[in-house]
Amino acid sequence: MALIRDLAVQGTQMFLVVLLAPFVTGLIRKMKARLQRRQGPPVLQPYRDLLRLMRKDVVLADNASWLFRAAPYLIFAATWVAAALVPTFGAGLLFSWSADLIAIVALLGSTRFFLTLAGMDVGASFGGIGSSREVMIASLAEPAMIMIIFSLALLARSTQLSTIAEYMLSPQVGLRVTLGLAFVSLVMVGIAENSRIPVDNPATHLELTMVHEAMVLEYSGRHLAVIELAGSLKLLLYISLIACLFTPWGLAPVGAGWQAHAIGATAYLAKIIMACAALAIFETTIAKMRVFRVPTFLGAALMLGLLGTLLLFVSRGL
Amino acid sequence: MPIGILLWCMFALLALALAAICIATRRYATPILYAASALICGVALFTASVNLIAGSPATLAFPLGLPWIGAHFRLDALSSFFLVIVNLGAMAASLYGIGYGQHESAPARVLPFFPAFLAGMNLVLMADDAFTFLLSWEFMSLASWALVMAHHRAPETMRAGYVYILMASAGTFALLLAFGLLAGPDGSYGFAAIRASHPTPLLAALVLLLALVGAGSKAGLVPLHVWLPLAHPAAPSHVSALMSGVMTKVAIYAFIRIVFDLLGPPQWWWGIVVLMLGGASALMGVLYALFQTDLKRVLAYSTIENIGFIFVGLGLALAFRADGFEAAAALALTAALFHAFNHSLLKSLLFFGSGAVLTATGQRDMDALGGLIHRMPITAFAVLAGCFGISALPPFNAFASEWLTFQAILLSPELPQWGLKLVVPAVGALLALSVALAAACFVRLFGITFLGRARTAAVASAHEADKFSLSAMLALATFCLLAGIFPGFVIDAIGPVIQDVIGAHMPTQASVPWLSIVPIAQSRSSYNGLLVFVFIAMSAAMTATAIHILASRKTRRSPIWDGGFPDASPVLQYSANSFAQPIRRVFGAILFRAREEIAMPPPGDMSPARLQIHLQDIIWDVLYVPIASAVGFVADRLNIFQFLTIRRYLSLVFVALVTLLLVLAIWR
Repeated sequence: MALIRDLAVQGTQMFLVVLLAPFVTGLIRKMKARLQRRQGPPVLQPYRDLLRLMRKDVVLADNASWLFRAAPYLIFAATWVAAALVPTFGAGLLFSWSADLIAIVALLGSTRFFLTLAGMDVGASFGGIGSSREVMIASLAEPAMIMIIFSLALLARSTQLSTIAEYMLSPQVGLRVTLGLAFVSLVMVGIAENSRIPVDNPATHLELTMVHEAMVLEYSGRHLAVIELAGSLKLLLYISLIACLFTPWGLAPVGAGWQAHAIGATAYLAKIIMACAALAIFETTIAKMRVFRVPTFLGAALMLGLLGTLLLFVSRGL
Repeated sequence: MPIGILLWCMFALLALALAAICIATRRYATPILYAASALICGVALFTASVNLIAGSPATLAFPLGLPWIGAHFRLDALSSFFLVIVNLGAMAASLYGIGYGQHESAPARVLPFFPAFLAGMNLVLMADDAFTFLLSWEFMSLASWALVMAHHRAPETMRAGYVYILMASAGTFALLLAFGLLAGPDGSYGFAAIRASHPTPLLAALVLLLALVGAGSKAGLVPLHVWLPLAHPAAPSHVSALMSGVMTKVAIYAFIRIVFDLLGPPQWWWGIVVLMLGGASALMGVLYALFQTDLKRVLAYSTIENIGFIFVGLGLALAFRADGFEAAAALALTAALFHAFNHSLLKSLLFFGSGAVLTATGQRDMDALGGLIHRMPITAFAVLAGCFGISALPPFNAFASEWLTFQAILLSPELPQWGLKLVVPAVGALLALSVALAAACFVRLFGITFLGRARTAAVASAHEADKFSLSAMLALATFCLLAGIFPGFVIDAIGPVIQDVIGAHMPTQASVPWLSIVPIAQSRSSYNGLLVFVFIAMSAAMTATAIHILASRKTRRSPIWDGGFPDASPVLQYSANSFAQPIRRVFGAILFRAREEIAMPPPGDMSPARLQIHLQDIIWDVLYVPIASAVGFVADRLNIFQFLTIRRYLSLVFVALVTLLLVLAIWR
């Protein structure tokens, strides 16, 4: 019985994140539009966009290789696996032990590996500029993320996401300096990793500022749909990650019953809406940075993470 | 008796080297000799693996060498493990050589030294006294030097050979001094006697530093790495693979043998020294690699990065061991050895790939390549696997060892010393940074070389490599994937080594359900490469199937879009240098004093604008240039001794003799 329930939780979670991901993107767009006193597209527009892209033909460049065609599926699959392992409404994921937080971050690293290669595949300048900027951003965001993981793992004495979430729910957490540092740093990393303002602008096609859009410029049809979905999924993954690490309230503990999971699901939806609102307000109030200001931004995230880790090495109580 | 078989194999390799001298110029020599050495290495590999899993230490003495010592050989778990690494790499290189060697312009300069080099590396691993060790070590160095000098007329090869032989001699000299100190005044050169004696702390510290210089320079530890990116690329590619993938591991073995085995219990500050050198090597190595455009030099610098990674593991193991945390020390050492194994596979694979590109196009410069995925699909696939693996991404093998290293770092707040508490997180940050940069480096390597459009005509008409080279590359790629999917088996195989060296070992992984790896406890951390691989494969297959059923399946080919203004010429694509430009601006300005100089012609002038990049190798300028000029200065001053009369020479000899006798008289 317990196995069936765990399997059900894991399966629901796996398909829930894919179904919710475009909604999150649509919600942020809608909120931003309203904040800018525009009507904005409906919240469900991303779903329609995906369906429309699916129906269209794929236009491939003459010299696109098999890697270009395989990359969208690999990117989506790795993002999906990572997203399925982050607790959303219940901590008792059946396969949570198959990859800890370091492995989840590395899975996102492998999606970036293929995305940057796909950007370089046809040999166009836009793809090159996107890939080259993306690896620069990643070269700072990834170590910052590892440092955040170190701080959390030192506190919870585990790199398992479910164990860390349980620790965060327990009363022994308290208010800690390191948690504050890790939270700020994680938000900064999340903004950079998801190509949001001020690091990148998801709505732009201006070459001076493009990063993510430049890499996927050559994609069309179903390939583009899969990549867009993977992008939304990654955003949802970061929102779930921050929610489960820093606001784990309502998260159904391991082995909880159906009611707890229902409460967890409601709490999760509320958290998503809050996160979308926060992101929309933040993006509306801030301007995009120059590309070479980004290293300073991410360097700050890295230093905050390192500071948190150092403090924990010095004393477990901080 | 395994040790007997292994020594017979070495004898066979040396005989093969002699035979090669006689027949090297014949056309049939190349395949026969490489096939024979692959066979011998296969036997040695099998023997060593059997001995690693189920073997007990065995010794063998020969009445060779110095008359009052003889030559002692010993086979224990540690040497068996490194014998597996060496012979696996050697077997792959020999297999690759069957095809690649056909394109060799001067086979007589390569064939005799190749088996001798293999024998030298193997003998280092089996030596059980200082004399045999140093003799084999120097034999290995000289054989590899001869291989580096195979194309000795190229000016960069001459420089590489010169720097290499200087650094190799200095390294051997440091090891000689280290063994001299270990042997003590009685001159007991056998490893058993050295193990039994306990050096004073000061002496032990000196030996550690000498071992770091001796083994570290061979491994390519910063700042002793300068020869490595010159020498490794200069050799023929299968030899580059051996030097980078395998010989550096022999150096790691030497370090472990001296510091962990012979030197006795460590001091806590040893860990700090090793950790800092390792962290610096990891970051500097990968940054250097990012700024190179020569394919093989990128790989050579990436070796320095990985050696740094291994040394961080070793440093952690030393620190844990000094403070009595045996289980944590076992974890750190397992991570280091696992990474050594992974790196030997990955780096051999990547060097083979670069060799295949070199034979197909005659080019090593990435900025002259491009689009090879269309012309050399299988090579591209194998190199892609290598690039993915060495970027430490799951489910490949290097991720598992990197993951173990991070787990070991997370145990280190337990260490009581403040120095370690501050150094370990800093080194952890350096490692995290270098892992991320390594991924950037290998995206750049694969993207510029194999993707995009061909930048020259020779590249556009390149042909796929021969089937021996391809099978060697594919075999290594398969091993990399298998070691990543089943890391538990590799960890268990390393178990006896760790038990021997530390006195504890990681929990047995084969009994963990679902083939996960669990370094300490399930609640603490676990990783399952198999499941991650299966999940990715399944969800990719599911998505692809669903999309192909539900969505439009039509595909059209058209010219490149590129925002409506595609570049006319393939030369205008992103190049290796332009790809690295953002990272160069972020990291290079301080560490390398990177400058960009733009020469823009005035309006109306039709001459092209030029962009020049200036990078300074600070380590070379700060450390080696002063040493070289000091040596030059002293040599100039001492030059007068070359032109003395015979009377003055005789009186000099007389004065020297009297001084030495006086010293002896006062000493007694």
